[in-house]
Order: sequence, then C-alpha cells, then structure tokens
Amino acid sequence: MPNNKVFGINGPVVTVADTKDFSMQEMVYVGNERLVGEVIGIDEKFTTIQVYEVTTGLTPGEPVEGTGSAMSVTLGPGIIKNIYDGIQRPLREIAEKSGAFIARGCSADGIDGETLWDVTVTVKVGDELCGGQIYATCPETPSIVHKVMVPPDLSGKVTFAAPDGKYTVNTKIIEITDKNGRVHELTLCQRWPIRTPRPIKKRLPCTVPLITGQRVIDTLMPIAKGGTAAIPGGFGTGKTMTQHQLAKWCDADIIVYVGCGERGNEMTQVLDEFGELIDPRTGRKLTDRTVLIANTSNMPVAAREASIYTGITLAEYYRDMGYAVAMMADSTSRWAEALREISGRLEEMPAEEGFPAYLPSRLAAFYERAGRAISLGGGEGSITVIGAVSPQGSDFSEPVTQNTKRFTRVFWALDKALAYARHYPAINWTDSYSEYDGDLAGYYNTNVNQYFMEYRRQLLSLLHEESKLMEIVKLIGADVLPDDQRLVIDVARVIRVGFLQQNAYHKDDTYVPLAKQFLMMKTILHLYEKGKSLVAVGKPVAEISKSGILEKLIKMKYDIPNDKPEMFDDYMAEIDSVISTIMAK
Amino acid sequence: MIKEYIGLNQIEGSLVVLDGVKNPGYEEVVEFNVAGEGKRKGRIIQIEGERVVVQVFEGTKGLSLKNTGTVPTGRPMELKLSEEILGRVFDGAGRPIDGFGEIYPEVSADINGSSINPVSRVYPRNFISTGISSIDALSTLIRGQKLPIFSGYGMKHNELAVQIVRQAKITGATSNNFAVVFAAMGVKNDVADYFRRSFEESGVLSKVVMFLNLSDDPIIERTITPRCALTAAEYLAFEKGMHILVVMTDMSSYCEALREFSSSKGEIPGRKGYPGYLYSDLASLYERAGMIKGKEGSVTQIPILTMPNDDITHPVPDLTGYITEGQIVLDRALDSVGIYPPVSVLPSLSRLMKDGIGEGYTREDHSSLANQLFSAYAKVQDAVSLASVIGEDELSEIDKKYLEFGKAFENRFVNQGANENRTIEETLDLGWEILTLLPESELDRVSSELIEKYYRPLINAQ
Repeated sequence: MPNNKVFGINGPVVTVADTKDFSMQEMVYVGNERLVGEVIGIDEKFTTIQVYEVTTGLTPGEPVEGTGSAMSVTLGPGIIKNIYDGIQRPLREIAEKSGAFIARGCSADGIDGETLWDVTVTVKVGDELCGGQIYATCPETPSIVHKVMVPPDLSGKVTFAAPDGKYTVNTKIIEITDKNGRVHELTLCQRWPIRTPRPIKKRLPCTVPLITGQRVIDTLMPIAKGGTAAIPGGFGTGKTMTQHQLAKWCDADIIVYVGCGERGNEMTQVLDEFGELIDPRTGRKLTDRTVLIANTSNMPVAAREASIYTGITLAEYYRDMGYAVAMMADSTSRWAEALREISGRLEEMPAEEGFPAYLPSRLAAFYERAGRAISLGGGEGSITVIGAVSPQGSDFSEPVTQNTKRFTRVFWALDKALAYARHYPAINWTDSYSEYDGDLAGYYNTNVNQYFMEYRRQLLSLLHEESKLMEIVKLIGADVLPDDQRLVIDVARVIRVGFLQQNAYHKDDTYVPLAKQFLMMKTILHLYEKGKSLVAVGKPVAEISKSGILEKLIKMKYDIPNDKPEMFDDYMAEIDSVISTIMAK
Repeated sequence: MIKEYIGLNQIEGSLVVLDGVKNPGYEEVVEFNVAGEGKRKGRIIQIEGERVVVQVFEGTKGLSLKNTGTVPTGRPMELKLSEEILGRVFDGAGRPIDGFGEIYPEVSADINGSSINPVSRVYPRNFISTGISSIDALSTLIRGQKLPIFSGYGMKHNELAVQIVRQAKITGATSNNFAVVFAAMGVKNDVADYFRRSFEESGVLSKVVMFLNLSDDPIIERTITPRCALTAAEYLAFEKGMHILVVMTDMSSYCEALREFSSSKGEIPGRKGYPGYLYSDLASLYERAGMIKGKEGSVTQIPILTMPNDDITHPVPDLTGYITEGQIVLDRALDSVGIYPPVSVLPSLSRLMKDGIGEGYTREDHSSLANQLFSAYAKVQDAVSLASVIGEDELSEIDKKYLEFGKAFENRFVNQGANENRTIEETLDLGWEILTLLPESELDRVSSELIEKYYRPLINAQ
C-alpha cells in the first residue's frame, strides 16, 4: 500500500510530494475525512489534485489514497428522478445523513443499492453480444424504460443469464465470455469516466426539431434534436426562466438539468414545480423524466467544474438507450469561472480576462458531445445541449460568450431592454439566429404546413423592417410616416406583443403547439396582406387600429384555447369584414 | 500541548510566512503575540509542507521577523454564539466592543458555514410587506430572499434600508421572533451611527446584532465581517427559530478588501483587478439566505452596494446580480429631483416575486398590474426620448398621455415619505388610479375581467 501524504494546500488544490503512484485524472480520496478529489497535474516533484470539497482543517501528512480509475459516475436504473451534486452524490441521501447543511466527506452511492427493479432479461445463453447491446430492461419510472447495455468495450457470448425477476443493481444478471475466454459478470449498472465521451456508431444529421411550445423559439429560431444552443443574457433577462420553460415543455424523452454554480432556491423551485407539473405528452409527472444536478454557487468550485461532465455523461447513457435527451446547463459561465479559478491556483499563464488558454478547446469538446446518433446497440438517440451563458457586465464580447458562439449553432440572445419592459421571453429577434432553419425546413413544411417556412420568412422580414423604421420613429415620431410604413409598424407590434411575447404563467400560453403557432402567424399575415390592399387604394391605415382588431389579434393567444384551432376562421372573417368596412367608407 | 513558534520568515502586505510549523490545518486560526503590543489573529491560507502563509486580520503594521510569536489554535475561525448576542455590538471579527464583556457561548460555529443542501431548502413564498410602493408592488421582497440595493455614493440607500427594517412585516414573525443582524463593512462612523440611532428610534435596538468594521478598521478583518454576521443570523434563524433580516453595507468595500488581499497574495486578477473567485466568494455569502425544511426561522438578506460611477456593469454589482434573487436599483436622476425612494423601476426586479404574490398572498390583480406598470413605464421612456428630440408639443396624443402617466407614476407612486407606510391594498389601488391616465386600449397586460373590476377612469376625470 503506497503511503502518500498531503504536502501543500491552497484552497481546493492539494499537492502530494515525491510520488509516482498516481495517473492523470485519477480519482483519489484525500485526508482522514476521505474528501473526493481528482489528479489534475503531475510533475517530478508534485502531484496536483483538485478536491471536490472544502479543504478547511486539512493538514499536511494526512493520507491520500488512489482509486486506480478515472473520475467516474455509476450508470444504472435509479438515475431519473434523482438530484445529484456535481460528482453524482445523491443530495437526498446526503440530507438524510448529514442534515440540512452538507457535511464534508459525506459519501453515498450514486445509485441506490437496495431498490429492487423489475427486470426482464432479453438475452439467453448462447447469444453473441457486442458493446452497447441491450441485455435487460426494467421500468425505471412510469414513463421511462431503462435498458441495460453491455459496456461499450466488451463483447462475447452469453454463458449465464438470470431469469426475469426482481433484482438490485448489484446483482449478477448475465455473464459474458469474451473471445479470450475471460468471464465478465454484468449487473444492472456500470461505471463510466465523466471526461470520456461514450462511443457511438454513427452520427446523423439533425433534421427533427426539438419542439418547445415557445413561439419565438419554434417558429423563429428553432433548435434541432441533437443540436446545440447558447442562451446568453445579463442578470435578470430570464436565462433561468427560459431554461425552465424548455425543461418543462420540450418534447425530449429525458431532461438532464444541470444547475452549475447557480442559486439554491432555483433548484428547490425546479424540484417543487416539476413534482407537480404533468408532462403533456405522457400524462405523467415531469419529474419522471428529469434528473437534476445541483451544484449551487456556494458548493465547492471544483465539483462545479465536474458537474457539466457528470451531466453530459448521464445524457449520453440515455442516448445510447435510444432516447432523445435534452440537457440544460445553467450556467456554462460559472463552469468557465471554475476553470479559471483552478487554473489560477495552478499558476497557469492566463489568456483573455484571466481565463485559461484552453477554454475554447474545453468548450468545443463539451458541445461536441451533443448530437443525433446511431448508438453501438443500433438505436437512434440524441442529445440536445442548451447552455446558458452569463456574460460579465452583459457584454457579449467577453471570452465565454464568444467562444460558446463558435461551437453552438443556435444563439438566443437575451436582451436587457426587452426584459426591462417585461417582454418575455426576452429573446432579441435581430441578434439571435438559428443555423438549423435550413435543416428543419423539410420537417416544418411536411409536418405542420407547406407554407410554414414562407410565413416565417415574412414574419422575420416584417420585424427587420420595423426595427429599421423604429430608428426613424425615435427621431421624428410615428405620425409622419407614410401609410405603408405605418402598417408595418402596426403589424409588427401585433407580432411582438401578440406572437413573440409569451406568458409562462398562463395555462394555454405557456405551451403552444406548432399548429396553433402556424395559425397565429397566418392570421397576423392575413391582416398585413389585407392592410396592404387598403394602402393600395389610399384608404387610411389608422382606421385599422381604431377598429380594435389589432388588440383583438394581440389577445388571441389567450382567447383561443390550444385545442380550438377552428376559432381562427372567425378571426380571419373578422379581419375581412373590418377591412371591407373601411374600404366602403 | 500548546506550541509557540518564535519569529517569522517573511512579511508581505497583510501576509506573513512561517517555516517549520508542525501539522498546520488549512484555514486554521493562529494567534500572534506581538512583543509589547498584545495579541493579533490570523488565518492560514496556504500550506506547503511545514511552510505556511498566514493572513493577519489586524494588518502587519509593527510586526518584525523577531518580535512575534505564533500560536496555532487548532480550530477554524469560529464565532461564539448564544441568545445574548441580541442587542450587542461586535467588531468586524466578532469581538464585543460595547463594553459589556464577552459572550458566554452556547455554541461556537465555523464562520464559513456549510452550504445548504438544495433538497433541504424551502422555496420562499411569503410576502414581506415593506410599506414602500415601488418595492411591494414591483419588486416584492419575499421571506428568505436575498434582495440587494444597488446604489451610488450620496444616494439614499441607508434611509431606504432603515425604512425597510422599520416597516417590514414578515408573515409569521412577531416582535418576539424577529431580529435584525447588521454588518457594516468599510462604512463611515456616522453611517454606522445613523443605523444605530434609527434602530433605537424604532425600538428594535434590543433585537439588533451589530458587526462593525468601519472605514478605518483593518481591511483583512473586513473580509470576515459578513461571515460573522451571517453565522449569527443562521444561528438565530435555524437554531432559535427567529426571522432574521440581515442588512449588509457596503458590499463594494468588502469586495475591495478582497481585491487588496488577493493582489497582496499575488493572485492572477480577473476583471478590474478583482480576484477570479469573486463570484464564488460572494455566492458563499449571499447563498446563506433562505429557509430550511423543518426549521421555523428564516434569513432574509438586504445587502447594500454602491456602484462606482453608478456603473451597473462594474464587477461587484454585476456578479451580485447574478447571485441574488433580483435587485433594487436606485437612480441618480430621480434622486436629484427629490423623489424618495429613488427606485429605478425598470432595472429593479424580484425573482421570487412571481410565486409570492397574487391571490392568497397579496391580491389577485398584483401580477398583471405590476406587468402593466412596467410595460407602460417602459413606453414612457420612449416617449421621453422622443420628446427630447422633437419637443413635447409635437408628440402624438397617446405619447403625451404616456408622459403624463410617467410623471404621475414617479411623483405619486414611486415617491413617498420616509415614514409613510402604505398597505399593499393602498399601493395596488394607487397603481390602478395612475393607470387611468392611459386609455383602456393601451392596457395590454391585464385581462378584461381585471379592467372591469379595477380600472375606473371616471373617478379620475372628476
């Protein structure tokens, strides 16, 4: 047993002198309290370890023990519905053990070893299995069937298979004999190092949208399943609110929500709220498809750095089962700051604003773990990553925002001015973009309506025209504009207030199906077309706003229930009658 | 056996280096016996084998390599606590300075605290009535929230904080289980005195615990002042079941102290010279607000910070805003025209407000009304900037109405007396009354039923 001892301590960074026992990224236990740590640097004299817990009271000379394996998480049934800290310690069990405040050195298994799972074994003795193939299933929650897979690097012949029945995660389910004759026992769970992406067979193009029920996203800046998105925004612009809305309503099978260096009360809110809300697609509770990783801002900074990787590894595991997973990371800036803090303690040469020079490569490696893919087992799954970014001083030119922008394909820029006017979601339609619009056009045009993309284009061009006109209005007022331009301004207001603005607290408006989004768009554009016909014959556009039809269209998001699309016909008819009345004057 | 290490190896800024220390604990407190001067305290902040770096709270002035003996205490920085602390005054490091002697401790608690497990938190929902319209209606304070005041030099943040303390009605709190913890960091003597007098006048002084690190007190001590205060607050809240309002002023001074300390350690600076871990450090303070399952009490924080040059993007307000659950921003333009409290309504925000207002908490129209006021007031800004270009006379009818609304909103709704305590009903009714200056067609955030019930343009016309 090697006898390694703590030598130096500087915040979460601990060094061990004169040893060759450790390997890079190995998980270690530090001190008498067995604090979890990870090796992050080795040179001739010192091995450097980052510790995932507070190091107060640690003394030189306390033992450091290696585990021989990289920082890993346990994968198996029992992950969904759980809430973990950044290194997969279940917070509920920790609360039972150490009370309301998290004690140090408190350990608990990531997956409960006592629960009995109702396992169906899907292979028999003599079957040839390769990595990623499913050998057993069990219902993990009412909405999720857990599929237990052969570890990616293993293949061989089944030489034992347990009968169907109730098992704990550590019971032997099958035995595989590989081609060298070695026998491997497989249980319901496996370990996987968090910094290594799980292998896949083949990447697929992202051509199916992640439907979120949020109009500004689905219609204007859609994201594909398997895509990546960044939500940058200063404080108070609604990043977390947007993430919550997406986590609640998007049509992924599984949500991995990583609260990385954010507020404790927000995680409590997710716990409370998701426990009550019903998933509209399955009719089950939202918690039945959600796993939470909460490493709040006051929890140790090194674990915050790890939390993102823990989250994406869990996401990959469920992707391999063939599920569409959406991962929300709130906020990647806090993760980058954790990198900076550790880097500073290691006295590395800083690049921009004190961030380490490897920030862009780390960000790229993280976002590249998203995607739609055929897994080793042959199923099709996807991981959509939506990362919030909290730019310092709301300045989008800072390094984290800029580098995230390089590696994500959707950019939902949250805008302070919109948030101040309580226009939510405060996604600025001129600064934001989605690179998936081309890839997804086929889906929208076939599954919603053939004119969907065309209407979307018209909507966007009206908004852009408005923003140009507003420059003039700011200088001279709206009254002096010619009628065709006033029409643009009036209709754009309906689009902004009636369409883009969405009320997360309204029972219908919080989630709007694509069909309704399309009809709303169609109705507004119908008004614009009819209005243009008025302009063409020289009738005053001001009459339209006097008629009250604009207000009526603005309120249609509330007045038309999601399940009554036929009501839009009445609105169309009313627009026609308003316009013909004005024509007749 | 207590060991004393004689002499120091190096002194640099507020840090000293010692060699040959046996079994030092990280963040352990040490005592210095300075020849002819008495005791000082310090904390171990870095260890390399037997070589330790110690931060001296009182500063290193007068220390030499020879005249100092160092005694490790074997304990982290702790605060002695009992219910006796109510009504007492401590210095920034938690030592009594009011002349009534030491506290007889019931417990000693590590001032760094531990993080609250997110699953053990109770999501805050209880409205605190402050009697101040701009806060109650638009940035509602919730029990267990951390809601900072972003101010600037010379603005009336202290008055506002005092008014909140005086008028705050916390659900579930009675005069027996309500207390205030006040932490002063780098504020002037007369400001600390103003708070003390105000607490006295409002009769809560016996329920106030004060931690004072004034502007001429040691800088390093300032970095532990808020931790002492919050440890006291947590003790009273979670051990004694009290509802605690923590007022911390001025967070900017605290951050500057941290910057000074960081640069003396030779750390790589982040933005504007502040250390890269400023966010985590501030979070370790602010996140100590909240409520815990199964415990009676609560910790509500009102930190005050002054924005250098009124710049909200400065690292201190910026990082604070990312951690706290909203902010109350004061505005110099309003202040200079004599509006009190000069709350700049648009950038102010309470994140917990949405779940603590409405039917059952305040009134069913609260949320819609607040939204409508925000959106209308945002339009006022457009009208004002247009008016400054083309002149008020050239504005359209509707823009003129907005200007009128804006003036009434600032002068009647935001503006109120320093002793004026409006109930939430009065505040909401006043909001509706001012909205009647706008035609009904402009009200796009309130439902038709609410308009029916509360919008009374006729009364206004009389």
